[in-house]
Amino acid sequence: MLGSRSSERLSERLIEFKWGNDSMTPEFEFHQRNRDLHPPAYTPIYKTSVLRSPRIPLWSLQNSLSEVTGPAFERDELGPLDNDLVRNYAKNGEPIGEQTIVHGYVFDGNGRTISNTLVEVWQANAGGRYRHRNDTYIAPIDPNFGGCGRMLTDENGYYFFRTVKPGAYPFRNRVNSWRPAHIHFSVFGTGFAQRLITQMYFEGDPLIPHDSIIATIPDKSAADRLTAKLDLTASRPLECLAYRFDIVLRGSRQTLFENKLQGA
Amino acid sequence: MRVTPFVISDLPETPSQTAGPYVHIGLIPKQAGFEIFENNFSGDIAGPGVAGNRIIIEGHIFDGAGHATRDVLIETWQANAAGRYNHPVDRQDKPLDQRFRGWARTGTDFVTGIYTIRTIKPGPVAGRKGRNTMAPHINFWLASRGINIGLATRMYFGDEDAANAKESGLEHYRTPGAPQNPDRRQVRA
Repeated sequence: MLGSRSSERLSERLIEFKWGNDSMTPEFEFHQRNRDLHPPAYTPIYKTSVLRSPRIPLWSLQNSLSEVTGPAFERDELGPLDNDLVRNYAKNGEPIGEQTIVHGYVFDGNGRTISNTLVEVWQANAGGRYRHRNDTYIAPIDPNFGGCGRMLTDENGYYFFRTVKPGAYPFRNRVNSWRPAHIHFSVFGTGFAQRLITQMYFEGDPLIPHDSIIATIPDKSAADRLTAKLDLTASRPLECLAYRFDIVLRGSRQTLFENKLQGA
Repeated sequence: MRVTPFVISDLPETPSQTAGPYVHIGLIPKQAGFEIFENNFSGDIAGPGVAGNRIIIEGHIFDGAGHATRDVLIETWQANAAGRYNHPVDRQDKPLDQRFRGWARTGTDFVTGIYTIRTIKPGPVAGRKGRNTMAPHINFWLASRGINIGLATRMYFGDEDAANAKESGLEHYRTPGAPQNPDRRQVRA
C-alpha cells in the first residue's frame, strides 16, 4: 500500500522526466552541490567537528538511481497535532513561552516548490532546555512541551507549524559559548542526495554574531539566509508573532521538463 | 495547463548546520527518552510481507580518535529485493514491493555505541543510463553533533565479491587504513 501510493503521489507532481534512448533510466540528476555555501566538515571554531570530519578524500559519485531517488511519506503517517508543538505534548496546560508561528516554502534550486515533502523540527523550550536525557542545563523541563514536530509540505510546497520561541542556552565549546535561539530543521526533497539538516535563527537575536555554529559557514550571505524574518502579516493579532523561513534544496539538471507544457 | 509559481535557474541551497547533540528529540524521540508521536519511524523496515532475505546490519560509527560515537543519527535508503527503488524516477522493469519503502532511521546506542538496521538485502540496480549494473549496496547518511554537513556513503556486501570487483571507484577504498586518493588531491591534515 505504502509503495504504490507513495509512487503515485510523486507522479502527480508537476515534474515528468525525460528519458534517454534507454527507457530504463531518466536523464535526471542533481546539480553538483556548491560546497562554498556550506560549512566545511573541519571547522576548529566548533571543536566537536575536529574529530568528526572525514580525514580521507570524499568519494565523488555521479548521480545514479541511488542518489536521485529517495523516500516519500504519506499524510496519514502523521498525527493531526504533529505540527503543533504548543499542543502535541500538552499534559495539563500549555507550554510556557511566546507562542510563535514559523512558516515558509520548500524550493529546489530551480525555484520549483517541493510538495508533499517531510519537514521535521526540534528545539529547546522557552528556557533553553531540551527534553533529552543528555541535557543537564539548569533551566527546567516544561511538562507541557516536547519540543518536536513534523509536517508534509502542501501541494504548493508550503509548511506551517506553531510552537513557543526557544530560549538561548550555553554549550561546551569555549568556556562561555551560547547558542542563539534556534530551531533545527530536517528536510528530504525528492531524492536522497537532497537530504538536508539545518538550523533556523530569529531575526534580531544579538547572539547570532557570536555563535560558533553559524560561524562554521564561511559565506556570510549564505549564513544570513538561516535567519528567519519577522513576518507581521502572518502573525495572529493578540495571539502570536510569526517568522518566515524558506528552504532551498539542491536543484536538478534542466533535462526535466513540465509534462503539461510539452508542445504548448 | 499547469504552471509552477515561478522558475529560477539558480536559487542558492540553504546551508547545512550540525544536527547537534539532541537530534534524537526531533527524529528518534524514543531514544531521547519520551513518547510523542503515534507513529514512529524506525530502523526495522523488514515488516511482515516484505519480500527478500532478512538481514541485520550492526556496527559502530567511529570518530577520528577511534572512539565509538554514541549519538549519531543513521539513515539508510535502498532498493527492494528485486533491485528497484520505490520512487517514480526508477522505471526499471522490475517489481515494486508495495510494503517496502526502503528507508530506515536509527541512532548509535547511548551506552554501547552500536546501531542496528533490520531490513532485506537489496538487489542490484541499473547504473547510469541503464548500463553497468551496480553492485548491491545500501546508501547511508549520517548526521550528529560535530558533523557540519550530512555524510553520505554506501555499504556494500562482503558476499558479493564478483559484483564488487566491477564497481567503479570502489577499488580506491578497498584497503582499510591507507586509502588511495582517486582525485589526487591533498588530504586535509
